[in-house]
Amino acid sequence: MHAIEVDHLTKFYGPARGIDDISFTVEKGDILGFLGPNGSGKTTTMRILTCFFPQTSGSARICGYDTLKDPLEVRRRIGYLPESVPLYLDMPVRSYLRFFAEVRKVPSRQRKSKVEDAIERCGLNAVAHRLIGKLSKGYRQRVGIAQSLLHDPEVLILDEPTIGLDPKQIIEIRNLIKNLGGNQTVILSTHILPEVSMTCNKVIIIHEGKIIAVDTPGNLMKRLQQKPQILVKADAPDNEILPALSSISGVIDVEKRTTRTGDGEFYAVSTQEGSSLVNELAHCICDRGWKLHEIRPVDMTLEEIFIQLVTEEERVKQQ
Amino acid sequence: MNTFTVMKRELRSYFTSLIAYVIITIFLVISGYFFYTNLVMFVMWVGSDVKLGLWQYTFQDMRFLLLLLIPLLTMRLFAEEKKLGTIELLFTNPLRDLEIILGKYFACLLVFSTMLLLTVLYPILLEVVFSVEIGPIAVGYLGLFLLGSTFIACGLFVSSLTENQIVAAMSTVGVLVFFWFIDWNEGIAGEKAVVILHQFSLFEHFANFTKGVIDTDDIVYYLSVIFLFVFLTSRSLESRKWRGIK
Repeated sequence: MHAIEVDHLTKFYGPARGIDDISFTVEKGDILGFLGPNGSGKTTTMRILTCFFPQTSGSARICGYDTLKDPLEVRRRIGYLPESVPLYLDMPVRSYLRFFAEVRKVPSRQRKSKVEDAIERCGLNAVAHRLIGKLSKGYRQRVGIAQSLLHDPEVLILDEPTIGLDPKQIIEIRNLIKNLGGNQTVILSTHILPEVSMTCNKVIIIHEGKIIAVDTPGNLMKRLQQKPQILVKADAPDNEILPALSSISGVIDVEKRTTRTGDGEFYAVSTQEGSSLVNELAHCICDRGWKLHEIRPVDMTLEEIFIQLVTEEERVKQQ
Repeated sequence: MNTFTVMKRELRSYFTSLIAYVIITIFLVISGYFFYTNLVMFVMWVGSDVKLGLWQYTFQDMRFLLLLLIPLLTMRLFAEEKKLGTIELLFTNPLRDLEIILGKYFACLLVFSTMLLLTVLYPILLEVVFSVEIGPIAVGYLGLFLLGSTFIACGLFVSSLTENQIVAAMSTVGVLVFFWFIDWNEGIAGEKAVVILHQFSLFEHFANFTKGVIDTDDIVYYLSVIFLFVFLTSRSLESRKWRGIK
């Protein structure tokens, strides 16, 4: 059984599309990074997983329980930190945590120790008796995290857990999350690339409601560092077209590949940075009398998003 | 059980934010003043009818106070959670919508009952100098309790529609005043229609209680209005499912 199973999930907000046909699975003990620019559908996915609102179509299961059919069972097994870190500002930290321990049916004998444990793990000892409304942003964030993990949930869903923290706090939170892996499954969303490589063992990149990559952080980095590519679909004998395309100046490498959907084959032409060889390649194929079906720069989205992410990261650093 | 947990938190919030103290104080001061002036009036002029008339007047005055104060108690119930975003936490915890609604409703009801109970001091004080008939007064209090419970249910529902507490309070007053005046103008509604409108008036049903009369009609009316508003609140919370926004 997968810890999280998401199957063709789609969500419309009226006519606007929130997420579009998303599928993925997460195994027990995984720390999954949900990476994408703001407004890409991370929060939407998380809100469906936490049964905050239902999807338009598709299904999502957590620990085998369907989010539509058994919302209470799902909610018993998750801890959730919403993006805005909502808190009851008029409550002291300890009472706030005790309230959620009660709501989640932590047995009364363990309640005290679980709450104290969460306070300890999130470094809240010094402020445990203070009103949440009087705490700084960093502490509030930690109260939110303490709230999400105090009942040792099987699945922890954290929406942008490190946003608004100072560098030292960010490292602390990242370590906290890393130490959770093993028994607990974690999904965390972020738009900061290095965060993913530091804490997660699996990454999903989502953009405009669609998943554009699922991989380990290491592989993802490798893919991102590749040269620009051009996709060529043509009817031609392999042994002739491969050397023909390779001989064009500016082409580094030509590779035959199967499309992601598995219903066709194409040639991936790696080119040097900054050169656009679409014309040259097209001439080369047509001049030899081969049929050219399609030629276009390979879906650069991953690259573009990477750039977007990097610039965002830069902006965060500057602040 | 969950209802109780939610109620405890809500009560705590009422008292830490001072709202409960402020509203209870205002209620006691003004209703005490009403009681005093009514007493003076009856003793000096009307004289003969202190036993019933005094309480009838006092309960009618308290009814007016509840109309103004209860919306201030209920305005925060959902509006504040929406504003803070904490509603998202409630909805993603193992709580049923109804447990959330009832927890909040009972918390507010408890604050209201406390302030109502404190006014029992007036008949007790009067008893010292003047014999008091318990029956009609108890019925009057039952009426006030039912009326207040209905106001709270209405305020709860209105609060679930907005994230602005001021809007919630004003709209609740609006709805309640509308149901107060609904049967006032026979000229426009026609005589037959007024008979029907009477049945919808929140305050028409209250009149019997102030006279010391219990009519199951009136009790059923208030209970069904409470039920209606609790039901509407649950619908309103559920709207997040098809609207998709918090």
